[in-house]
Amino acid sequence: MQRNSNHPTICKIEKVVDETPTVRTLTFSDDVLSNVLPGQFAMVWIPGVNELPMSVMVSEEKGKAAFTIRKYGEASTALYNVKVGEPIGIRGPYGNSFRIKEGKLLLVGGGTGLVPLMRLLTGIKPSDDVTLIMGAKTQSEVFFEDYANKLLDHNTHQVIVATEDGSYGQSGLVTDVMDNLCQNTKFDAVYTCGPELMMSKVVKIATLKEMFVQASLERMMKCGVGICGSCCVNDDLVCKDGTIFDGKHLLSKSEFGHTHRNKAGILEAY
Amino acid sequence: MLETKVNSSLCTFIGSIKLERPTILASGILGISLDVFNRIYHAGAGAVVTKSLSKEPWEGYANPTIFSVKGDGWLNAVGLSNPGAPNFAKMIESNKDVPIIVSLVGSIEDDFEFMIKQFENTKVLAYELNLSCPHVAKVGLEVGDDPELVKKIVKTVKSSTDVPVIAKVGLGTTNYLDTVDAACKAGIDAITAINTLRAMAIDVETKRPILSNKIGGLSGTPIKPIAVRCVYEISSQHKIPIIGCGGISSWDDAIEFILAGASAIQIGSAVGDNWIQVFDEINKGILQYMEKNGFSKIEEMVGLAKKF
Ligand SMILES: Cc1cc2nc3c(=O)[nH]c(=O)nc-3n(C[C@H](O)[C@H](O)[C@H](O)COP(=O)(O)O)c2cc1C
Ligand code: FES
Repeated sequence: MQRNSNHPTICKIEKVVDETPTVRTLTFSDDVLSNVLPGQFAMVWIPGVNELPMSVMVSEEKGKAAFTIRKYGEASTALYNVKVGEPIGIRGPYGNSFRIKEGKLLLVGGGTGLVPLMRLLTGIKPSDDVTLIMGAKTQSEVFFEDYANKLLDHNTHQVIVATEDGSYGQSGLVTDVMDNLCQNTKFDAVYTCGPELMMSKVVKIATLKEMFVQASLERMMKCGVGICGSCCVNDDLVCKDGTIFDGKHLLSKSEFGHTHRNKAGILEAY
Repeated sequence: MLETKVNSSLCTFIGSIKLERPTILASGILGISLDVFNRIYHAGAGAVVTKSLSKEPWEGYANPTIFSVKGDGWLNAVGLSNPGAPNFAKMIESNKDVPIIVSLVGSIEDDFEFMIKQFENTKVLAYELNLSCPHVAKVGLEVGDDPELVKKIVKTVKSSTDVPVIAKVGLGTTNYLDTVDAACKAGIDAITAINTLRAMAIDVETKRPILSNKIGGLSGTPIKPIAVRCVYEISSQHKIPIIGCGGISSWDDAIEFILAGASAIQIGSAVGDNWIQVFDEINKGILQYMEKNGFSKIEEMVGLAKKF
């Protein structure tokens, strides 16, 4: 069958790995998605339930790709519950990718926002000095720490975990850790993905210190291709112009860090 | 500034509605934010049509709601999700520059009257009555398929506003020309033709319909010849200004609709295929065609194919 990147292609889930009690990684074979750029996403159809935008996760095996899902609403829970051998539909890849700079890099991620950052780690140079700050509510929700260390094996690097309840790593928010770190260190680039209020703070801290920063935004999506308009942030369409935007650009947008649209397209505060 | 932005040859009239350029953003495409409208207007569109608005906010159907079909074209059943006319009117209140056509969807004449009241303090170029959405019960095509109801709605709307009113028709279960006829008799100012065509796609691996609503509407290049035929038929039977819509993705498609009888055209799915520069590309192509063929105004070309 000929592939049409805007039409769902059916893939069978081949492996399911529990990352935490609420987060799972599903692996499947797909040549196209196995080669996406860091930050690109796919629209994922859970037959009979819904279709969701999902950032494409790294898979170690050639020709394979993965999604890492937190069970949350009806649709994400249904995807989380897909078993080995069951089908999902994928279309894409969609969206732009991170502009990967060289030198001292800082990555700040929370929850499943770590997914595009993991993919970014596969695109860096061995000479880069990388700091990754990953956030979670509590110890049992920390994931990808070992994997990040493994991906960064050949680099000068540090992986810092921050938990909100202080049960593991540093106590507090990733943005507090970042703020401290940036008192003495200037990074050549900062990349962030996670809850928007977190990203908004990361962008502000980085911009104040005159550091290049990019954030990957998340919005309600229907088409993924710039037709429906449901993903707009001011005059940008996240699926088409993003999902990755420069911090400077984002700070000029009144909706970034403040509001998002619901299913009816009405602006709601974060 | 775009070269085609100030070129007076591209100016066109849909009855009393004057457009600087004949390319309009179709309803339901990127249509929920004033900031986006501004961007599309500055990218070259002569006007923008809003998402069809209802009295109350609607969430629409669950995904999948939009995807492309194999071969070409797009299938959608968004379910008319929209913020509702009152919220939307507030949102575009601050509009100064953009020629906005407000699309409305409802079941009875009172719905439309209520919605038009919401826009009393807003700059609106025209209203477009959606009589043709093919996948939501009791509105759209189900209304358009009832010429008597259409007549009542158009009469009510015309008596509640001085702003021009356009009826958007599509292919339903009754002859769409009867709907056009009813709208014309009730005093409509222009017709947009056509909307998406009822269609569906079934995934052979999972053996299920892909759209959550199962049935939706087909748009894009596959429907163009049908839309051209409709514009040609309407313009052959009525002296009513027509806006052509359906599968337009390049300047020659636009010219084809104009030759069939359209005074302006709407672009929808091509935004998904070619992004928003499609407006400027089509404007430029129309201008070049006019220069090459010795036309100085759009209206000189409207309906030329009918003389054969
Ligand atoms: C995703 C999508 C949503 C649409 N929503 C509306 C709508 O709310 N109201 C309406 O009158 N037409 C709607 N349409 C129909 C378009 O305005 C247009 O009539 C149709 O797509 C044919 O034009 P095209 O081939 O250029 O897309 C929608 C079309 C699409 C693809
Ligand atoms: S998801 Fe439809 S325009 Fe972005």
